[in-house]
Amino acid sequence: MTTATLDDERIARTSTLTKLLKRPEIGALVAAIVIFAFFALTTDAFATPSGSSTWLRGASTIGIMAVAVALLMIGGEFDLSAGAMTGFTGLVVGVLTREYGVNIWAAILVSLGLALLIGAINGVLVMRTGLPSFIVTLGTFFVLQGIDLAGTKALTGQVAIQGMTQVPFYDQAKRVFGSALEVQPHWFNLNLGFMRLDFDWSRPLTINASVFWWVGVTALATWVLLRTRTGNWIFSVGGAQTASRQIGVPVFKTKVGLFMTTAGAGWLVGMLLIFTTSTVQSNTGVGQEFIYIICAVVGGCLMTGGYGSAIGAAFGALIYGMVSQGIVYAGWDNNWLKAFLGVMLLGAVLLNEWVRKRAETAK
Amino acid sequence: MSNDNETVAASPVTNVYAPPPRGTAIIEVRDIGKRYGNIIALSDVSTSVRAGEVTCVLGDNGAGKSTFIKILAGAHEHTDGQLLIDGEDHTLSSPRAALELGIATVYQDLAVVPLMPVWRNFFLGSEITKGAGPLKKLDIDFMKRTTKSELSAMGIDLRDVEQPIGTLSGGERQCVAIARAVYFGARVLILDEPTAALGVKQSGVVLKYIAKARERGLGVVFITHNPHHAYPVGDRFMLLRRGKSMGDFPKADLTLEDLTAMMAGGEELESLAHELAETMGADSAIAQELKADVT
Repeated sequence: MTTATLDDERIARTSTLTKLLKRPEIGALVAAIVIFAFFALTTDAFATPSGSSTWLRGASTIGIMAVAVALLMIGGEFDLSAGAMTGFTGLVVGVLTREYGVNIWAAILVSLGLALLIGAINGVLVMRTGLPSFIVTLGTFFVLQGIDLAGTKALTGQVAIQGMTQVPFYDQAKRVFGSALEVQPHWFNLNLGFMRLDFDWSRPLTINASVFWWVGVTALATWVLLRTRTGNWIFSVGGAQTASRQIGVPVFKTKVGLFMTTAGAGWLVGMLLIFTTSTVQSNTGVGQEFIYIICAVVGGCLMTGGYGSAIGAAFGALIYGMVSQGIVYAGWDNNWLKAFLGVMLLGAVLLNEWVRKRAETAK
Repeated sequence: MSNDNETVAASPVTNVYAPPPRGTAIIEVRDIGKRYGNIIALSDVSTSVRAGEVTCVLGDNGAGKSTFIKILAGAHEHTDGQLLIDGEDHTLSSPRAALELGIATVYQDLAVVPLMPVWRNFFLGSEITKGAGPLKKLDIDFMKRTTKSELSAMGIDLRDVEQPIGTLSGGERQCVAIARAVYFGARVLILDEPTAALGVKQSGVVLKYIAKARERGLGVVFITHNPHHAYPVGDRFMLLRRGKSMGDFPKADLTLEDLTAMMAGGEELESLAHELAETMGADSAIAQELKADVT
């Protein structure tokens, strides 16, 4: 064999298709398309405008969290308090406005401040003690869950905050976090040549504010990850922390910033939930933390850090949203969702590990 | 000493180091030592690192090599003697301080992130950006081009700087780490056992880059326990044994045989040769070779 044939092999290895297939989010994209097609063909309601509105909304709040959690996982850490945070931030706003008559915007800012503070505490604890973030944020998770339940009960005597609509300036905040865009283009139908798709426009396609936030957050996170110094540092602290420190990457700042980002995303989702439904339960978000991680992993994030994608996590959330609603439309037992999530997670982990080994192995 | 002011060609960046005349001492250590409490890890070590020369630090495991480089790299402060950089007395308190004086260390683990592309690794921590404010973004095009040209200046031809650095061979990774240190203004390169984990062929590649770095006018400190790797590229040899210097020799005063014998400790090697001759037969290749080395 001569060097010439060697070179040929090398060129063949980097074809466009291979490059595309190497993207971490490709698996989630393919799965999303397959799942959409499946429910669109097997159920009547799934691909209708009103049906799509429902699963898009479900995917959006999960998606915002999944994207933030994906950044954190690429940075090599977990945040189990992320779910409880969505309830905590909503409850802070609810209690401050309903019980103490605080101005709604002031309450929203206080809530954001508290979220960022808790995120910073998570980060500093992890970095200063060297403990796994899994344990540290498990602690924060239970603390938040306890505060959410006991604190709300102690301050309001109830387990949920209701009647947010009576709070002054509620409408202002609702416009930002809880409004919806209704589109009903009666003329819009698809002519695919071999078949015509006539959509049922008797009920409109409702795009909630949360969907726009979701798209915005995903775009921003992708930009940061791939086009900024910060993004470079996120990959490096997750991929090789000691090496990053040796080379001059601000490891501490990057990681604490990531924990604060997740907490900030928890705040955003808290606001989206409270201003969409005008109520907040004290157990909101509990149990969701693993869903975020599953979405991030399905989207291509490695459990060990250093690799992953924000768009992938958004696709992961889309899959979750579609399946959880599709199962309802198909008339199956809702609990199948859990089994499905488990299968998806295992499949994704195996795929990701294979990708990582390929990327890391010396040739 | 004819290559005065030899400039490093083909790079638009201003931080490229214009080396002083070949042979100018950049680092001089005089009777340097390090004590941890009452344990003496290193004592009475003297040598120099000169522009355009390779200073080899040789010694067996535990001889004090890593203590010595930690002093030069700023990881540990010395407790005895003098460390002169550009003729001035210094105590390096951190790796950052050493870097600011142009002393870069390439550790055995290379400080690379295996899953990240070569070009991202090359600029990690010193990324080039363009634009301002919230739109400030990585100048990906420039970084990719520079990575490719810097690596090819070191003689590494990568087919794709986008591939994860983990897919490169150990020798290639070593070379990327060296090229990176050179690009970011190192004038002294400390290489910690760069050939220790490599095969024969890969070691050859790394030695070639050490020679390249020397050609570019850098001072190189090459730590190794292999005299066969040190001798071809070295200009000056400092031998360590049990925390003490066994001397600092210019190449002219030393043959490879001297070096090998001193490294192993003459008598020890001789007794090993005898032992091997007994167990494996006096005619076995390895016994013959050892005998040849000793005499």
